[in-house]
Amino acid sequence: MQFFLEVFIGGLLAGMLYALVALGFVLIFKASGVLNFAQGAMVFFAALTFVGFSDRLARWFGASPDASPVFWAALALTAAAMVLLAWVVERFMLRKLVNQPAITLFMATIGLSYLIEGVAQGTWGAAVHGLDLGIADEPVMWLLERYNLMISKFDLSAAVVAGVLVAVLALFFQYTKVGRALRAVADDHQAALSVGIPLQRIWVIVWAVAGFVAIVAGLVWGARNGVQFALTYTALKALPVLILGGLTSVPGAIVGGLIIGASEKLAEVYLGPYVGGGIDSWFPYVLALVFLLIRPEGLFGEKHIDRV
Amino acid sequence: MIYREAGQFKASYEEDQQIFPIKQDRIVMAALVVAAFFVAPFVASEYWLQAVLTPVLVFALAALGLNILTGYAGQLSLGTGAFMAVGAYATYNFLLRLDGLPFLAGLVLGGLSAAAVGVVFGLPSLRIKGFYLAMATLAAQFFIVWALTKFPWFSNYSSSGIISAQRIEILGFAFDTPARKYLLTLAIVSLLALAAKNLARTNTGRSWMAVRDMDVAAEVIGIPLMKTKLLAFAVSSFYCGIAGGLYAYTYLGTVEPDGFGLDLSFKILFMIIIGGMGSVLGAFLGAAFILLLPVGLNVLMHTSVGVLVPATLASNLELIVFGVLIVFFLIVEPHGLTRLWQIGKEKLRLWPFPH
Repeated sequence: MQFFLEVFIGGLLAGMLYALVALGFVLIFKASGVLNFAQGAMVFFAALTFVGFSDRLARWFGASPDASPVFWAALALTAAAMVLLAWVVERFMLRKLVNQPAITLFMATIGLSYLIEGVAQGTWGAAVHGLDLGIADEPVMWLLERYNLMISKFDLSAAVVAGVLVAVLALFFQYTKVGRALRAVADDHQAALSVGIPLQRIWVIVWAVAGFVAIVAGLVWGARNGVQFALTYTALKALPVLILGGLTSVPGAIVGGLIIGASEKLAEVYLGPYVGGGIDSWFPYVLALVFLLIRPEGLFGEKHIDRV
Repeated sequence: MIYREAGQFKASYEEDQQIFPIKQDRIVMAALVVAAFFVAPFVASEYWLQAVLTPVLVFALAALGLNILTGYAGQLSLGTGAFMAVGAYATYNFLLRLDGLPFLAGLVLGGLSAAAVGVVFGLPSLRIKGFYLAMATLAAQFFIVWALTKFPWFSNYSSSGIISAQRIEILGFAFDTPARKYLLTLAIVSLLALAAKNLARTNTGRSWMAVRDMDVAAEVIGIPLMKTKLLAFAVSSFYCGIAGGLYAYTYLGTVEPDGFGLDLSFKILFMIIIGGMGSVLGAFLGAAFILLLPVGLNVLMHTSVGVLVPATLASNLELIVFGVLIVFFLIVEPHGLTRLWQIGKEKLRLWPFPH
């Protein structure tokens, strides 16, 4: 039971990390109907840009790369880079592809992911960087002593960060003017345009927000596994979360992440040994598929009604 | 002046229903086929046959398979690579375990195995649509590659699932040189392309297109959805399976499960988007474009830019240019190369007059 709980909670925390990446997908899909495959590349780009800036800044000012002014400066510069990226994407890609079928847009984002990967590696080099956020990957002592549970402090902090981010996004969507405009655009592009909402600016904002989410995801994942090309594969981890939760739902991304994270870890521990392990590459997809057979739009997705 | 159908009268139903109703089209096609069969093997160097022409044909076949599913029947799939893997590994196992089985029979059995797997993974399409279905096909992609790596029986207990294709022999004639392998590939691909071209014009093909355009409406006018969708998955996977078999036997010779990963599926999806959805010609144009683009870029980068910048930067530049070209192409011509071809033909029909 002890072990089961540990695996279960570890899975839930890992699931929050998946949800973090899935969130970026959901934001963009809601507002522009684009399934943005480049989200993984954006996570990679964000993490690499952050590490690159903090290295350079530290060298210029002679400070240690872990000093907090360097951290915040690098964070601000990375955020600026993500806004710039969002602007470029809107100006040179989305604007030209208005009214194209969804699959064309999807393919365009795959092309975009090549572009972002090339730019990221061309600018900052392809070497693997370490990233230290100052949170050690050690068990939480309090839980270990009281309940004898091994829960990683790092995972817990990351999950808290993810939770806070979701709460902030939810408030942003619910109560700000821009948030209302975003929801209007998500509801109906044409109606939003006709009441004077600047569609193109909204798209830039959404892509920038997805970029900020990518920064958070990139920092957390980068600190966990190192900042390297493999970060782009986080997109593949997020896709089953996304379809399980529903492509258009922010809470769906979180719930989906928790379900996928927990069941993936449990399956790997209890089912994996019987079939030779390594099942985490496909298990989330099959699980999501089973859920889809019951609810074809995901758990929280918008119900689609076909009319002839 | 040269490309005009004036004076070509259709005097019978057969003439009216030809695949290429215009005489000039027939001449061009015939010339192309003759050139591909009788000129290319003698003119092209071994490198070209082995590394360019054969893979273009193999990938065109795979793209054709995906085009049947996505372009004609409207079911988006990201599992093409996996279905090719099933074809390759099934062909290998049939030839290995059934003594004296002719190569072509093994290839067809491989294709049929892929079709069976395709139908199983196509079952969710009855309930799931659009991007949700695309993600469901990812389940097939990851599961099949994992299974081929994990269960050594599939690869006859070789290390990390690598299989080496057996010698191809048909009626005692060995297909062992690049030119012979190319001819074998060409013959199979031409036959299947002809079949696909015809299939698209039959009742089945038209039901696929009806389902693609709107499946509820198709059901209302009496098209059995289940049969039509599953048939699309079966035929498409059969084509992909055969393509996988050829990929292993006539192109690479040695393949491993990871070679059939998601990248391959995306590559083939690129081919049908760039080539043109719902068109047989598009599969060929797209395959040629996507395969030759990196080669061309590589040559360009390493001859002109390569002397100025280090190799790693050059390969990143290649990545960037590839991405930009894909996006650019989708913006400029979202209907693909086929559409450009059609526009060209229309212009040629009127030439030298503007209207």
